[in-house]
This record gives sequence, structure tokens and C-alpha cells, in this order.
Amino acid sequence: MASLNVLVVICMAYVALLFLVAFVADRNASRGHRAGWLRSPLVYTLSLSIYCTAWTFYGAVGYAARSGLEFITIYLGPTLVMIGWWWGLRKLVRIGRSQRVTSIADLISARYGKSNTLAICVTILAVIGVTPYIALQLQSITLSFSTFAEADPARQLNETTTVFWVAAGLAVFAILFGTRNLNANERHHGVVTAVAVEAVVKLLALLAVGIFVVWGLSDGVSETMARIDASPIGQWRVQGDRWVTITFLAAAAFVCLPRMFQVMVVENEDERHLRTAAWAFPLYLLLMSLFVVPIAAIGLELMPAGSNPDLFVLTLPLSQGRDGLAVLAFLGGFSSATSMVIVAAMALSTMVSNHIVMPIWLRLQGEGASVSGDVRNVVLLSRRLSIAAIMALGYFYFRFSGQGAALASIGLISFAGIAQILPALVGGLFWRGATRSGALAGLTVGFVLWVFTMLLPALGGGLLPTSVLSDGLFGLSWLRPQALFGIEGLDPIVHAVMWSMTLNTAAFCFVSLATFPSPMERLQGAQFVNVFEHSVGPRGWTGQVAQSEDLMVMSQRILGADEAQAFFQKEALRQGAHNDFPEPTPAFLERLERELSGSVGTAAAHAMVGQIAGGSSVSVEDLLAVADETAQILEYSSQLETQSVELARTARKLRETNEKLTLISQQKDDFLSQVSHELRTPMTSIRAFSEILREAGGRSEADNIRYASIIHDEALRLTRLLNDLLDLSVLESGQVSLNMTVGSLAEVLDHAVSTALAGSEQPLTVVRHGPSETLRISSDLDRLAQVFINLIANAQKYCDADSPEIRVEVSTKRGRLRIDFVDNGSGIPTASQQLIFEKFSRVNPEKAGGAGLGLAICREIMQRLGGDVRYLPGHPGGAFRVSLPLSSEMAV
Amino acid sequence: MGRHVVLVEDEPNIIEAIRFLLTREGWTVEAHSDGSDAVEVIKAANPDLVILDLMLPGKSGMEILKDLRDEECLRNLPVLMLTARGQARDREMAEKAGVSRFMTKPFSNTEVLAAVRDLHAQANQG
Repeated sequence: MASLNVLVVICMAYVALLFLVAFVADRNASRGHRAGWLRSPLVYTLSLSIYCTAWTFYGAVGYAARSGLEFITIYLGPTLVMIGWWWGLRKLVRIGRSQRVTSIADLISARYGKSNTLAICVTILAVIGVTPYIALQLQSITLSFSTFAEADPARQLNETTTVFWVAAGLAVFAILFGTRNLNANERHHGVVTAVAVEAVVKLLALLAVGIFVVWGLSDGVSETMARIDASPIGQWRVQGDRWVTITFLAAAAFVCLPRMFQVMVVENEDERHLRTAAWAFPLYLLLMSLFVVPIAAIGLELMPAGSNPDLFVLTLPLSQGRDGLAVLAFLGGFSSATSMVIVAAMALSTMVSNHIVMPIWLRLQGEGASVSGDVRNVVLLSRRLSIAAIMALGYFYFRFSGQGAALASIGLISFAGIAQILPALVGGLFWRGATRSGALAGLTVGFVLWVFTMLLPALGGGLLPTSVLSDGLFGLSWLRPQALFGIEGLDPIVHAVMWSMTLNTAAFCFVSLATFPSPMERLQGAQFVNVFEHSVGPRGWTGQVAQSEDLMVMSQRILGADEAQAFFQKEALRQGAHNDFPEPTPAFLERLERELSGSVGTAAAHAMVGQIAGGSSVSVEDLLAVADETAQILEYSSQLETQSVELARTARKLRETNEKLTLISQQKDDFLSQVSHELRTPMTSIRAFSEILREAGGRSEADNIRYASIIHDEALRLTRLLNDLLDLSVLESGQVSLNMTVGSLAEVLDHAVSTALAGSEQPLTVVRHGPSETLRISSDLDRLAQVFINLIANAQKYCDADSPEIRVEVSTKRGRLRIDFVDNGSGIPTASQQLIFEKFSRVNPEKAGGAGLGLAICREIMQRLGGDVRYLPGHPGGAFRVSLPLSSEMAV
Repeated sequence: MGRHVVLVEDEPNIIEAIRFLLTREGWTVEAHSDGSDAVEVIKAANPDLVILDLMLPGKSGMEILKDLRDEECLRNLPVLMLTARGQARDREMAEKAGVSRFMTKPFSNTEVLAAVRDLHAQANQG
């Protein structure tokens, strides 16, 4: 039996080995010997294994013993991300490198216009989310120590002291290797290499225990399978919603956890390493999970009831007297815990220091703080203090929280908290419309819901009164932490993740859509979303000489003379210079650029300062960014222009429609007046004469006959008028049905002439040219004849020659058949020629027998027949031309 | 003393009917069917009464009425207006322009005769 002392010595030796590995790797890196194994993608892949913490090492077995196969989701999430979202990770890594991102908080901040508020939010969220996780690692180390201590009566273990020293030791390691220097790219080769070594140790340890269990305690694979089936694990049912939720959580945490971001993005040496990791890391996870179920099943079978399944990896070999194996397992667990704690502390300390401590310190120091030498030491100090503080937080959390909580549940709570960063992160990578306000809203909503539905209920005790848990916040039942909005019966984890992630994403999208990004946000958004199109290198001014006078001239143009002078004087004062011109230091140039960007946009300001300062030539990317901004402004103004043109067009259309309606209404009134007039006029005569006839006596018989015949004529006139009106109405509404027949044009004309002249005393000679009429036409011959009759009757009525005569001339031209009716009268005055086809228009009212509808009807008929009728000017007499398409004409 | 009426009307049958009715009452009827020179004809005839159609070729009855009222000597001449258009607006306009009586066609003979007698009596009293 290994004594506790031996174990402590082994631990010390192991840690010393890690120190050595880290030290050598760091020295090699700083000397430039970075070739060979350090650059290998294998180291990168192994460093990703800090995903597998003590929770995974010990906890997975406990998880399997409690909930069956569900533990696989913890491996499934990252596997899906690595295989299915490989391209997304590549984008993340590319952005991380091109923007010189130091942490996930920094990345979110940079994406949303370098907003420090966002960075602080993410940092606080990360610290709150990760602290229990660190406490968990400390707990696992302590538990494993006490497992050995139980078997060693010689020495009583003080748990609290153990944890304190473990935490202190890890803090020292993290400080030594995590804050040795301030590397521009924030890479820590020593730590990464040590983490890779630990990754190998924990894998070997778990495989060794697994092999021992399967082939040592059981009799090979098949028997093990049988014993698994017999154990409670075989009977666990899969809960679909929990599976999906936890897989999603694991995937989100894999991307968003600060320590994962540190090794995956910040410590990434080469983008191509991801290619290897995409298959190698899932393989690593597969090996890690291979023996979880056998260990759990055999453990449940062999270990006494009530023993902690989280420690089966350790207690199984111990109970079988395999001390060596137990020590190896212990080292595996120790490796898992330490590597996680070190990297997490490093990553968190960078965030806390950069986004909280340093801004506060700079503000306290006031104006004179940016003297460079000082700052380096301050940053290092603040990082070291942050690491110590984070370890202290973890230590105190461990001491004062309920230590009994199962490892897995703490891990999941932590995952869910960190997952709240996901919408802002993914949205930032792929959606240019995402804004700072949106990210802030999403994070806040997600964070609050996570604390309320998950963290507080889990902490229990004094933090959340039990009444809130059972009756809801403020006694409102729809505000119960585990049944929000009255949705009950869900698994608490599913419930919390569903609400926090849904409302987080909704708030993020909605607020992003509702707000307009600042120029800086737009620029950063474009560089993030389109990182593969233009990977802009890190920006900043190198101290090359610029002409302050030139800068002044340019600034005056943009800011205005007074403001520019004030700014330059202030800068000169800040530098302690005695004249108005500050030295063009990089810091000054950056401030100037910021000042200018307020007026002309970030990209343009950078390009302008760049041109004068000469520190960096204006790159194609810069020009593109300027063009992009300009294009956005142009697009906006052209949208406005289009809108105003559209408005003008709509207004004009409305005006035209209104005019048209007014005209139509006017025409309708006129028409009704006309109809009224035409009807009332004959009725007036009829009434007057019938009243006269009704009176007795006083008239000659001839008078009586004359008056009766007037009544008769006027009655006929009324009938004709009504017939014409009906005819016209049918023609105008288009409801007329045409009776298309084939016949001889000559016959149609014969019929028209005889009808028109019938019963008329006035002589009218009709001159025709027989041969030209020998055509067969296909048309509505009755309607066509109606037109002819009308034209001939008009000539008869209006022709004022002494011996009235009308000539009918038939010809064909340009595919049309033309029939002209020309009389030898004085014709129609030019002014009236346009009007004669309108309804109720009459040239000579005193001669008219009709209501003035005849030609209007003719025009409608010819339109229906596909031809037309119009007045032919240029003849001495009245002349009308009827034309028809030639298709309705056929040679005899 | 002979009573003289100028009838401005373009429908021959209506002229004949009114001529028959008024001649019987002892009027001499002078008919004119063109609107354009109606004012001159009326001025020259200096009648006791004018019967005016609204829709006339050349010049509308409404315009003729306005012109008559503009003439100093014709301001009080009784004018009976007849119209076949059924619009209330015409009556308003005619009354504004100073028509003595406004009737819509078709009219009853007795109404026309009563109106003519009435207008003539008023003119003689005034």
C-alpha cells in the first residue's frame, strides 16, 4: 500500500517533470528552436485535450454509473464540432490571429467595435461560470488524496490544508509559465507542451485501468459485455431531450470555454494544425471514453454499496491491491485537473487583467500613464494577481459550497453558463448585421436566465429561498426557476438551456436588427465575417517620422481649424512639448486616427493618417475598406433618392388618377344631361300636342292630322333614340356578340343603299364602281351594313348640294380594305371633324333627325370588327373612310 | 295693345306648339332658333316677354339671359326659361342670373299659359 507520503513525493516528482518540460519548451521557443516536435500538430491536438478535465477522467465513470450512456454526450459535442464545424473553427483561428486576439472576451469585444463593456460582461460571465469548475478540479484532487489517506492510518489528512497547497502550487505554476513575459501573440509554448505531456499521461492511465478491468477483473471483452448488460447501466433509457441538450452544451462549451479558446485559437501555431486535430482529437476522445462503461459496470458490481462511483477509477485498482496502477490512475486524474486549472487560470487572468484591472488602473493613473516601460510591469503584475485571485476564488468556492454535489452537475452548470457566449460569437463570425447592443442584450438576457434557472437552484442554501423555487419569484408562479412561464415537467437542465439560449439568441437578433452599428463595428464586422477575403494584419503605427505640419493641415480640413488646433495643443501638452506640434509618436497617431474616424470613418482615417505618416503604406485592404464605407453611404443616399423619386411618381399617378376620375365623373354627368335632354325634347312636343288635341273644337281637321303626325314622328324619334342608346351601351360594354358570316361586299352595299334611301323624298344619287366591289368578305355583315346605312343616311340628311350625290369607292392598301363615302356637299368644318364621332354631337342641329349617336355607334361597331371609320379631310364635301383588315376579304 | 313674345327655341315642333298656344291667347310670337344673335334679335323686337330654351346652338340660354340682364333697358324684361336638362344646378344658376320663371320640359300647356299670364300681369303692374 502506497503511503500518503510516497504519493506526495510522486506528485512532487511529476510536477517537477512538468516544470522541466515547460522550461525546456519555453527556452527552445525563445531561442527560435521551434522546429520539430514543438511545431507538430500532435502537440496542438493533445493540448486540446484540456477539454478532458478531472470531471471527464473521474466523473465520466460516475456519470455512467448514475445515468448510463448519457456521459457520451460530453464527448459527442466536441466531436461534432471538430468534424462538422471544422471550417467555422478555421475562421475563428484566422480571425484570432489576424486581430491578435488574446482571449474570448477580447474577440467578442473586437468584433463589436472594440467595446470594453462587452469584454467586461464576457469576463464576468466566464469567471462566474468557470470558478465552480476550478473548485471541482480542486475537489477531485482532494478526493483522490483522501482515498489514499483512508488506507493509510499513519497519517491523518487535513482536506482543507491539502486543497490550499494544491491551489497554491497550481497558481505558482500558472504564474511562472503563464506570465513569464508579455509575448505579443500571447503564446505559451512551455505550458502547451506540459499540457500535451499531461494529456498523454491521463490517456495512458485511463487505458491502463480500463485494460486491467476488462482483462484483469473480468475475463475479456465478451464477459465484460455480459456483466455490463447485467448491471444497472444496461437498463438506463436514453432521454432524447437531455441528449440533445447536453450534446449542444458540450459543443458550445468546447468553442466558448476560455481555456479551450486559449489552446485552440490563442496558442495555435499554424492554421493547418486544425486539419489534423479535426480527426485526431475525436480519436483521442474515443479512446478516453472507451473503458468508461466497463469500469463503471464492474465498479458497481465489485465495490461495496454506497462507495462513490466518481472514484471507481482509483478505488477499483486500490481494492484489488494494484497500488502501482492506482498511482498511475491518480497521476492521470492529477494531470487532468492541473492542466485544466493552469490553462483556465491563465486564460481568465488575461481577461480579468486586460479588461477589468488595466482599464481601472489606467483611469486611476490619469493622463501620464502611457509611458511604456512602466506598463509592461504593471500588466504582468496584474496578470499574476489575477491568477492568484482566480485560484483563491476557486479555493473559497470549494470550501464554502456544498462539497457533496456530483461532479457532473457542476460541470454542466458551468457549460451552460459559458454557452451564453455562443450567439454573440457565432453571430459575430457570420452576420455583419450583428451589433454591440445586440450582443450585450443577448449576453445579459442569457446570463440572468442562467443564474436564475440553473446556478441559484443548484447552489441552493441561503442564496435562493426555497419559497422562490416552489412558488416563483415575488410569488409569481410563472417565475418559478425550474418552470418558467408555466412550462413544467421538463428536465431542469433542458429547461434552463432552452430558455436561456432561446431568449439569448432572440434578444441578440432582435436588438441587432433594431440598432445601427457604429462605423467601427461595421469595419470590424466586415473584417470578421470576410476574414478569408482580406486578412488584414494587425494594425498600429510604427514610430516612423511623419510631418506634424502635414498632419495638422489634413486634420484642419476634416475637423475644422479650431478643433484641430485644440487637439494638437492638447497632444503636445501631453507629450510635454513646448510648441504647438506634438511629436508623431505611435500613440499620438493612433489618437489622431481615432479623432478623425469620428468624422470620416475608421477606414478612411486609417488610410489618411497612413499616407502622411508613411508608417504603413495604404494597403489594398485599407482602400477596400474605405470603398466599402463609401459604398454604404452611397447606397444609403441612393436609397433615399429612389424613395423620393418613387414618392413623386406615386403622387403624380394619384394626381393623374384623380384627374381621370374627375373627367370620367364629368363625362358621366354630361352624358346623363344629354340623354335627359334628348328624351325630354320629343316628349315635350308629344305632351304639348296631345294636350292641344285633348281640348275640344277650334281646330281644322288638317290641323288635327298634322298634330297627330307630329306626335307620331316624335314617338318614333324617342324609340330610335332608345334603340341607339341600347345599341351603344351594348357595344361599349363589349358584350356584343358578332355574327361573322361570309358574303359579297357588293350585296352588303346594295342592301345598305336601298335601306338608307327607302321612304325618303330627298333625292340622293349613289355612284358606285361595280368591278371593285366584287369581293367576298368575312365579317358581321349586318353590323357592317348598319355602318354603311348610317353614312349614306348622313349624306342624305346633311349634303347641301343642289343635286346631292355620294360616291362609294372601294380599294385595298397596306393589307386593309377601304370603303370611302364621299359626297358633293360643303363637308364638315375642320373644327367639328374631331367631334363628330362623340356622342350627342351634331354639326347642324336644325337638320338633325337623330340624337347624334349614329357616328358614335359606327365607331364602336368598326372597333369590334377590327377596323375603323374616320373622317377624310381634304375633300370638298363630306368624306368618310371605313377600313377593315384584309384578312376579312377574299377574292371571288 | 298687342302682346309680343320672342321665343328662342331650336326644336321646330316645340315652336309650333307654343306658337299655337300663345297665338290663341292674343300674343304675336316671333320665333328664333339660333343662340348666337338672339340678344340682338330681342333688343330689336323689344318684346313683352321672352321664352328662352337653355340648350341652343351658338350660344346657351344661360349666357343670353346674363347678357339681357346686363342691358339697362332689358333688366326688367320677363324671361321664362325652359330646359330639357334635368339638373337642379341649372335652376340655381338661372335664378342667380335673374330669370323670372324657370320650367322643366316636358311642360303642361296650362302651366305655361299661367306662367305667361302671371309674368305679363306682374310686368304691367310694376
